[in-house]
Amino acid sequence: MVAIRPAQATDLTAISALDARLTGSDKPDYWRERFAPDRHFLVAETARGALAGFIAGEIRAWEFGQPAAGWVFAIQVDPKTRLKGVGSALFEALAARFKAQGVTRVRTLVDRKDHLILSFFRAQGMTAGPSLQLDKELP
Amino acid sequence: MKLQTATRLGLYAVLELARDPTRTLSAADLADRFGVSTHSLAKVLGTLSAAGLVQGGRGASGGYRFTGNRRRITLMDIVALFEPAPGNRAKEAGEDTEIGAALQRILTEIDEIAEATLRSVSLETLLGSSHVG
Repeated sequence: MVAIRPAQATDLTAISALDARLTGSDKPDYWRERFAPDRHFLVAETARGALAGFIAGEIRAWEFGQPAAGWVFAIQVDPKTRLKGVGSALFEALAARFKAQGVTRVRTLVDRKDHLILSFFRAQGMTAGPSLQLDKELP
Repeated sequence: MKLQTATRLGLYAVLELARDPTRTLSAADLADRFGVSTHSLAKVLGTLSAAGLVQGGRGASGGYRFTGNRRRITLMDIVALFEPAPGNRAKEAGEDTEIGAALQRILTEIDEIAEATLRSVSLETLLGSSHVG
């Protein structure tokens, strides 16, 4: 089993490395910025103290006209520890923090071709939200 | 979104059998449950059986049971057995015109979202969320 706790500055290297390994893009500055006090950044740690996964989110109100909701910006689980409930434990811990702050909705954006992560959020009970994301390549 | 009758019956049958993989139901049992003819359901079960999702059969009274993986199989896996793949769709009249192509881009956009949705819902997720599992 894993333990969920708030991320610390000392976790940054491992977080950045896990993300770079899974996404192919190295962005340590982005992860450092996620550490702001008004944001939630949680890690899952194995019994031996290794990083099993992380989740990052924050509460945002009136973005795109929507009332306050907890946004999940990122979630990653080490493939070695997948299918053991690490992702669900991270999601539930973040949702509990959102609820403690009085928010009753959780929201995220997912690449529609990424079936793995889409299925994960579906399994957490998430469905299509009230917004449609639109996009255009600038000439 | 409109699904063909066979697709809908395929989804019903798989989900009904997947609720309890130890249970066997005949084509007649399932047909009765959904208010359709045994003949149309037997045909659908044949397709599901060939895809390895269910096992059994042999006559109208032969029982079928679910043999797939509830967590791995998504609604799209079943839909794809009955509906033409988006890429293999026959070209509609007028599609080569400028207006036809512009309209087709919108319809493809809708199809892509529908496919992503169907692919993201496993049998486990659907059965769990509807409290029928």
